[in-house]
Amino acid sequence: MWIYEKKLEYPVKINTCNPALAEMILEQFGGADGELAAGIRYLTQRFVMPTKEAIAILTDIGTEELAHWEIIATIVWKLVKDAPVEKIKGTPFEAHFAAHGRSPFPHDAAGYAWTAAFIQSKDDPIANLYEDMAAEQKARATYEYLIQLSDDPGVTDALSFLREREVVHFQRFGEALMGVEEFRETKKYH
Amino acid sequence: MQELDYEELSREELKLQIQELEFAVIELNLFLDTHPTNQKALMDYNMFSIELNKTKNVYQKKYGPLTNFGYALSSYPWKWVESPWPWEE
Ligand SMILES: [Fe+2]
Repeated sequence: MWIYEKKLEYPVKINTCNPALAEMILEQFGGADGELAAGIRYLTQRFVMPTKEAIAILTDIGTEELAHWEIIATIVWKLVKDAPVEKIKGTPFEAHFAAHGRSPFPHDAAGYAWTAAFIQSKDDPIANLYEDMAAEQKARATYEYLIQLSDDPGVTDALSFLREREVVHFQRFGEALMGVEEFRETKKYH
Repeated sequence: MQELDYEELSREELKLQIQELEFAVIELNLFLDTHPTNQKALMDYNMFSIELNKTKNVYQKKYGPLTNFGYALSSYPWKWVESPWPWEE
């Protein structure tokens, strides 16, 4: 069961129109290392985890990623909602507009649609948790690229918050991995 | 923690207060998932959760429910559809 809360996890303050930046930020809406991929990856991997701690951390980080997905969509929406077509033409957002208008859609910055092929889940908790730690590092790197591309202080502020969260998630997955490895050792020798 | 009179805060200030407290709670929650026997973190989690609930109650009475599915009551008419959605603010 999931409960929706009618507010963002972190405030998004944007009053500018910037379709080109919106297109780049879609990388984290529907890209391989984006928030949707993260959420679906973690929530899918929970079932094969051998420790209570690992199941809990995948559930809770997976849930937080969905909140981040909403923050990303809100940023994108605010950057394009009032954009006249003349300000969209000739920008990287033009191809998105041709297919979706101003609606967000989960594809990456280059327009490649989100696919479950971006993620993996195996009946092997060690393999899963290593993937998750790599995913957090890749998401952190992506946020750093996006922060370099951003010329909007409101966007940069929200992206910096999201970047920080990836660092924390990486840490927690590392601890969950240690717990799973210890569990395997005790099973082997006792 | 400083004593704040939540009734005095504007909608924006109150929402920010909720976001700050909820951030602390999320962070402690994730920490406790991998450190379930850490008593200090657990005490902080419970303390911030009580404070978060207080702010949410004040907010929801004034500005409508933050959650549905039975987690908050609604006055007439159904308030869930009335207040702005996060991307409309
Ligand atoms: Fe993350």
